[in-house]
Amino acid sequence: MTQLALVIDLNVCVGCHACVTSCKEWNTSGIAGYLSDDNPYGAEPTGTFFNRVQTFEVGQYPDTQTVHFPKSCLHCEEPPCVPVCPTGASYKRPEDGIVLVDYDKCIGCKYCSWACPYGARELDEHQKVMKKCTLCVDRIYDESIPKTERKPACVNACPTSARLFGDVHDSESEVSRAIREQGGYALMPEWGTKPANHYLPRRRIEVTIHDDELVRVDNPLKKEIDVGPSGPVREQTLDDITSW
Amino acid sequence: MHPAFSVIFLTTLIGAGQGLLLALYTAESYAAVGVVASSPRSFYVAGGIISLVLLIAGLGASFLHLGHPERAWRSASMWRTSWLSREVILLPLLMVLLALYTMFHYLGWDLGIIGIDSGFDSDLTLIVGAFAVLATFALFVSTAMIYACIKFIQEWASVLTVINYTLLGSASGFTLATALTVFIVPEPSQGLVKLFGFWAVVITVAALLGRVMSLYRNARLKPRSTVQSAIGIRHGSIIQRAQGVMGGSFNTREFFHNAPDWVFRWIRPLFLVLTFPLPIILIITGVTSGSFAVLIIAFVVQYLGLIAERWYFFAQAKHPQNIYYQYIS
Ligand code: SF4
Ligand code: SF4
Repeated sequence: MTQLALVIDLNVCVGCHACVTSCKEWNTSGIAGYLSDDNPYGAEPTGTFFNRVQTFEVGQYPDTQTVHFPKSCLHCEEPPCVPVCPTGASYKRPEDGIVLVDYDKCIGCKYCSWACPYGARELDEHQKVMKKCTLCVDRIYDESIPKTERKPACVNACPTSARLFGDVHDSESEVSRAIREQGGYALMPEWGTKPANHYLPRRRIEVTIHDDELVRVDNPLKKEIDVGPSGPVREQTLDDITSW
Repeated sequence: MHPAFSVIFLTTLIGAGQGLLLALYTAESYAAVGVVASSPRSFYVAGGIISLVLLIAGLGASFLHLGHPERAWRSASMWRTSWLSREVILLPLLMVLLALYTMFHYLGWDLGIIGIDSGFDSDLTLIVGAFAVLATFALFVSTAMIYACIKFIQEWASVLTVINYTLLGSASGFTLATALTVFIVPEPSQGLVKLFGFWAVVITVAALLGRVMSLYRNARLKPRSTVQSAIGIRHGSIIQRAQGVMGGSFNTREFFHNAPDWVFRWIRPLFLVLTFPLPIILIITGVTSGSFAVLIIAFVVQYLGLIAERWYFFAQAKHPQNIYYQYIS
């Protein structure tokens, strides 16, 4: 069984909100209609977003780290938001595990949003139906789009490649490997929702360099020689013309 | 959570309607076994109609809660998994049973109309009423389970929620029944007024116990979700700097009560006084003096108390999503 999901690398995310804007752009232009945007340039801007980037400060000054934290529907494997829906508008697709809302069935009772511990669902103030991330279901299967771009809009937009997309049930997929090898974790595991989306933790990157790695110990003449190409170089090299 | 007045009116109005039906059926079954004198049919008809009106008003309030009320019929489809769907089915079902119950009383029918002579006058209404009572309890459970089944809203996720919805609704219904008896029954048999008054007081006291227990429980809850589990970083000092939105969002409007501190602080003593001791005093005074005015004031006071109680029920509940919405940058 397939379970599509995002894996978000908090070690790489720089909090640029490119995923937020590309998500809004793609999904406000889709067949399901616009995503509300009221007073976008006014004093109290508000609207519907599938994805938001939040910022947390960890530690105490001066020992702080800023963590940018993108948050969208996690497409839980045990989604508490689905069984509570009285109309069946909220459902989880068996074929790829995407949790979706059927906007034609939704009565806007908001009950599912109460039943999501992550605050991933937002009622659209104008269309009065519940909205949430669709993992760009109208894009990832679209054969008119080049194969490499058949990914959620946020994944394509991320300039640092902090967002990976794939099947977390396929143990050899890029996402599964990232979860396995880089300590991927789920949010609020205490509620048994089994989110499909995972996050990769902040990692401290340290390189230890010993002296003998800078100086060759097995150098009998104790002299570093230029081990360039033998013989005189006549033409210009790339190094000669590139100036940083 | 944000207390929506549509839901506050829905739950309190149908609670009173359901309680009134329970009171009517109590009177009828007591009369059937001869504990109290039987009441005139007009009493059941009037009581049944008022109960029905309360249920309809509650249903009307619930429509105001929906974004698409014209699609409300769809919400009956997922009764296998959704308590909300179950409530949506049980409420009209109860209305139908209650309408039949009231109509049979009005027409004076008994099982004789289908050729069964049981020797009881009220056999048909007792049977229909029994089904209505079952539906009433099922509806209390469904309404309360809508809240109690959300395990991460820890204030709600308790059997006390179900007990309190049932007791609070029943209490207001019996209080109303006490007033109605004095008003409708021309020369009210003291027995019936006393019976209702007695149960109104007993249920109100039980409801007070239940509510105080839930307040006690909620005061001691330790939230299972923390900012650490919410973003998955195990560090003692984490604060939010931005929530990704500058002017508020659905998440800041729906999940916070957004009321001034003093309102939140005062509403609890207010509802505790209005719902419990004040009505009890008024009921006792009203029953001993036989005054309709005092008894109907008892009901109104208790109903206002229940509105405040329901407001607090929502406002006190802390949704774990709020962890993600602490600061607008
Ligand atoms: S993140 Fe929330 S909305 Fe998405 S599947 Fe999980 S519970 Fe449902
Ligand atoms: S708001 Fe819509 S999707 Fe959510 S529970 Fe209600 S009907 Fe279902």
